[in-house]
This record gives sequence, structure tokens and C-alpha cells, in this order.
Amino acid sequence: MSTDIAEVSEESAVELKTKEPAEPLFSKRRRRIVSDPLNEDNPITVQVLGICSALAVTVQFKPTMIMSIAVIFVIVFSNLITSLMRKMIPNRIRIIVQLAIIATLVTLVSEVLKAYSYDMYKVLGAYVGLIITNCIVMGRLEAFAMANKPYDSILDGFGSGFGYAWIILVVAFFRELLGGGTVFVGTPLEFDVYGSLGSLFGTTLQTNGLMVDSIGAFIILGVIIWVQRTKNGYVEH
Amino acid sequence: MRQSNLYVILFAIGLTVVFGGALSLTSVGLKPLQDKQVELDTKKKILGAVMDISTIEDPNEILSIYDEKVEAIVVDINGNEVKEDSKGNPVVAEKVNIQKNYKLDAQERLYPVFMFSESGESTDAYIFPTFGSGLWDWISSYVAFGPDLNTVKGIAFDHKSETPGLGARITEASVQNRFVGKEIYNDQGELVSITMVKGEGNTGLSEHEVDGLSGATMTAKGVNAMLEKYLECYSAFIKKKKSQKTASL
Repeated sequence: MSTDIAEVSEESAVELKTKEPAEPLFSKRRRRIVSDPLNEDNPITVQVLGICSALAVTVQFKPTMIMSIAVIFVIVFSNLITSLMRKMIPNRIRIIVQLAIIATLVTLVSEVLKAYSYDMYKVLGAYVGLIITNCIVMGRLEAFAMANKPYDSILDGFGSGFGYAWIILVVAFFRELLGGGTVFVGTPLEFDVYGSLGSLFGTTLQTNGLMVDSIGAFIILGVIIWVQRTKNGYVEH
Repeated sequence: MRQSNLYVILFAIGLTVVFGGALSLTSVGLKPLQDKQVELDTKKKILGAVMDISTIEDPNEILSIYDEKVEAIVVDINGNEVKEDSKGNPVVAEKVNIQKNYKLDAQERLYPVFMFSESGESTDAYIFPTFGSGLWDWISSYVAFGPDLNTVKGIAFDHKSETPGLGARITEASVQNRFVGKEIYNDQGELVSITMVKGEGNTGLSEHEVDGLSGATMTAKGVNAMLEKYLECYSAFIKKKKSQKTASL
């Protein structure tokens, strides 16, 4: 059905140049910028970007949530900054400039985490630094923000950020449930599922060690992609 | 013009100055807050080795409990108290950087000892910081011993980047509680330390062994090496304290 899904963003970039001046704040096209990456053009399951962090940080729900917020922050603001600077950036060093923007924002996030949420900083320390190498962020800068206006770029950032976030949150939910027997550890909704089920039936339930390993994330991601493609009728060519 | 070499160079310089400046400002601005967080974290870990502080939300309360109940000294490898460093500055136990000391020769390191007293009279627990390598990066612990300086009262691990759900489980209370009641000296009075065995769900463990972590054997090995090496360094101090105690009886 949608054979060239990866090129959607380039197409919309071309469209943009011919649009009339007074476009509503949430026009159909703009809504699609946000909604496309959530499902049909999802950065993880369709574009297959950002897999490394999807495997690494999804053992538990809470760190994954903080990671999602950090990535959304970085992606939105780097999109905005790049878009504002897009006419000034020399073409030959644009990749380095994009990298510098991302790296600056990521360092900011990590410093703020260290000052206000030291425990989370300890959990995520290494991974927050790795947002720099998250292909999604750079992919959006290169494919969208370099050619589009700031407002559209922010929308695009939110779209891709949430598209990334909901997938890793789902993965984290199932990995924590199957691998640790709990849900939402460290949040007010914390609940020991296996423990209470076990005491209900008078047995102890064995957690699945595979799920705390990266392999578990692969399997769950595979299942998500399977379900999504079946639903969307995606066909590989 | 936008593609000329001069423009590219000037752009790069400008970018560096702006971003570098922004980062320096943040770093300097947040430094006091970060230092406070690190201090709080250290004190939390020290207290965490002897009491349950997970229910205390207010950081100031933790700091005041710490001030009230913990007394700290610094000793050298021979168990003698160190009051001044080589430059004549006073040594503060909480400020001793364990990580930096770890890189020094065992003979030259400073070894802080934290003494916890519930009532304010006799010492209820001696807490020793330890430091070593896990699988990916450093691991550390604060291990608390009872007044006999042999039985573990509690232990609080920390790590930099052990795998969440595997090696990182050493920070979980259920894992740390496995150490409680274990002993580091055998009946002959030799230091044997405590060993985390391979695999999980082991039974028939001696008083010098604790159940391991399935899938985190390398981290467990790091824990074992760390405890053994550091307890050895503290053994002179322990011996001294013990003989003082028998003398006073």
C-alpha cells in the first residue's frame, strides 16, 4: 500500500514551498506531520531508526519514561534550532552543525538531570549521552528541519518524539512485566503483578530472564511491528 | 557567499563560542545544586547501609539524621587515624573521594570509617566504603558491620553502568538483604570476606556466602573482588578496634 513511506517527509518538504501564506495552525497537513510518525511512518517500527536505545533503556518503565521525555525535548528543540538556522548553515558542514546542536542539548539535559534528579541521572547517565547518536534525531534534522519552517519543525519533532516514546514505553511495559513480574516500579502506580498473582493461586511465578536481556526487546519489537504491519497492510518490496 | 571558506570557518567559530558559552554557563550555574545532590547521595548511601531511609522524602531530614547519628574518621592502611593530609589541610571523611583513592596504591589511600550510633553513646555500626570494578564500569558499596566488626548489618551498593535488570540488581534491597548476618572472619579469626556464588536460588550457603545473581556473574565477581580487597585494607583498623574492645572489658 505505502511503498515509499520513508519519503513522506521529503514530499511534504516540497509541498511546503508552494503553500499559501495563511495556513491554519492545525491544518490537515500539519496534523499529519504529527500523526504520521505515530503509526504509518513510525521512526522505530517503520523507519527502523533508534533501535539501539530502544533495546538498551527499556528494561523498566520509569527510566524509559524519563528517556522518552529527554528524547522528545532534544528532538523538538534541535528541530527548532536547526530550522531557525537553516538559511545560515553552510551546506558543507551541515552534519557537524546538526551534531553540535544535538550534543549541546543532550549535555544540557544530562546536567539538569544531575542537578535535579540525581537518582535518575545515575540510572540513565550513559544512555542520555547516547541520545546524541540516536539516528531519529539526526534523521529529522537532515530530512525535515533543514527544509522547513520552525513551527512545522516543532510539530515534526513532537510527532517523531512521541512516535519513538510510545513504542519504547510499550516495550518497557512488557519487558518489566515478563522479566521482573512488576509494572511501573518507582512510580505511584507500582504493582507487583507476579507476586500478587502468585499469592492468589498459592504458587510462585517464574519471571522470564530473557526479557531483561536485550533479546527480549527484540522479540517484543518484532511482535509490535508484526501487529502494526498486519493492521496497516504493509507489504515489503 | 554562504559556501565560501571564510564563511564556513567564521560560522564554525561562532557556533562553538555560542554553544560552548551556553554549556559553560549551565555547568557553572548548576554546580552548587549538583554538589549538594552528590553529598546527599553519599550520606544516603552511608545511612542506607544501616537503616531504611527509603520512606524519608525530605533531603534535609536525611542530612539532619546523618549529622546526629554518624561520626566519621579517616584511617590509613595501618589503622591509624589521619587528621591532616600531606599539605596540612584537615581531612573530612565525607569529602574523601573513594574513586580517586582507589587509583592510588593501597598503602597511600585514605580509608574513611563512618560510625553509626543510634542512641549517641556506643557505636552500633561501623560503615566502610569500598570501591571496585563491575562488568562495565565502577561499582562501590557502603558495608556496615555490627559492633563485633564481623557480622554484616547491611550493605548499600552503587554502580555506574551495570545492566539494568541484571548487574544493576545489586542496588535492590532484596539482593542487599542477602548480605545481612553474614560474617567476614572464620572461626580461626582469618579474613575470608563474603562471596557471591554463581547462579541464583542456591541453598545451603555458608555464613561467608550469599546467593548470586542469575545473568550477572561478572558483576558478582566484581563485588567479591571489591569486598575482599577493601576489607583486607581495613583489617588493621578492625584488629585495632577489636583489641581496644577486649582491653576495655
